[in-house]
Amino acid sequence: MVAGRKGEPMKQNRTSMDRTSDREIVIKRTFRAPAEIVFDAFTKPEHVRRWWAPKSRGVTLVECDADVRPGGAYRYVLARGKAERFAFSGKYLEIARPTRLVYTESFEPMPGEAVVTVSFEERDGSTTLVSHELYPSKEALDAALSSGMEDGMRETFEQLEELVASLRG
Amino acid sequence: MKSALAEPNQLRIVEFLRNGPRPVGAIGAALRLNQPQVSKHLRVLKEARLVEVEPRAQQRLYGLRAEPLRELNEWLEHYRLIWDERLDQLDELIEELKNKEEEKANGRRKKR
Repeated sequence: MVAGRKGEPMKQNRTSMDRTSDREIVIKRTFRAPAEIVFDAFTKPEHVRRWWAPKSRGVTLVECDADVRPGGAYRYVLARGKAERFAFSGKYLEIARPTRLVYTESFEPMPGEAVVTVSFEERDGSTTLVSHELYPSKEALDAALSSGMEDGMRETFEQLEELVASLRG
Repeated sequence: MKSALAEPNQLRIVEFLRNGPRPVGAIGAALRLNQPQVSKHLRVLKEARLVEVEPRAQQRLYGLRAEPLRELNEWLEHYRLIWDERLDQLDELIEELKNKEEEKANGRRKKR
């Protein structure tokens, strides 16, 4: 018997994420499908509606518009409960289906926008998606990382940063 | 105020050391930094108590101190989990789309 083959622990580590600099994050994941399918699932609004909201957090996608062509705009709005809305929007800079996609992304309450470059590399029928997020500043990336977080945890982190800074003197 | 992780190479070293303790040479080789650069960054990270030295056999291994990094990682880990969930959902959708395409292809073959 191969323990954990289909269990949760195996499932959890399929997405890799690395902070490659103080304002860059790289997310990587491989799908068992050709690049065209992965590219379309990643971009077409009717598909995005199905996967973009992290559902276990009680969040739903209430708006999802995307004009997927160079210069076209998109806007995704997440909602939690009745009062909370989180809007993300941007513009497509480059579209080369099915290998590459470049777009800007801003979390509307925050100033500045990130540039996200997504590549889709197909090999032996599987496609590796690599999303490279480049933020305008370290603070902007920190804000993006903490945006989905409980306030308590964000505070913890801010305190930690101060601690690290004070330890440096 | 400036944190030790504001310097990109220091952050890269921290990220690299998440794989486990390494000697200076291995850090330099992996990140394409020369030894004096690596030593300088390690000194700062050590002073910030993010990194500690562990003598092993003939070598000095540099590794992450668990405490502060656990929280830093938690932060990144939190964002990773959001994306992990999204991409799990995307994976399910992709499987579905792939099966549909395969069915369509099979249908076409049968008709011929």
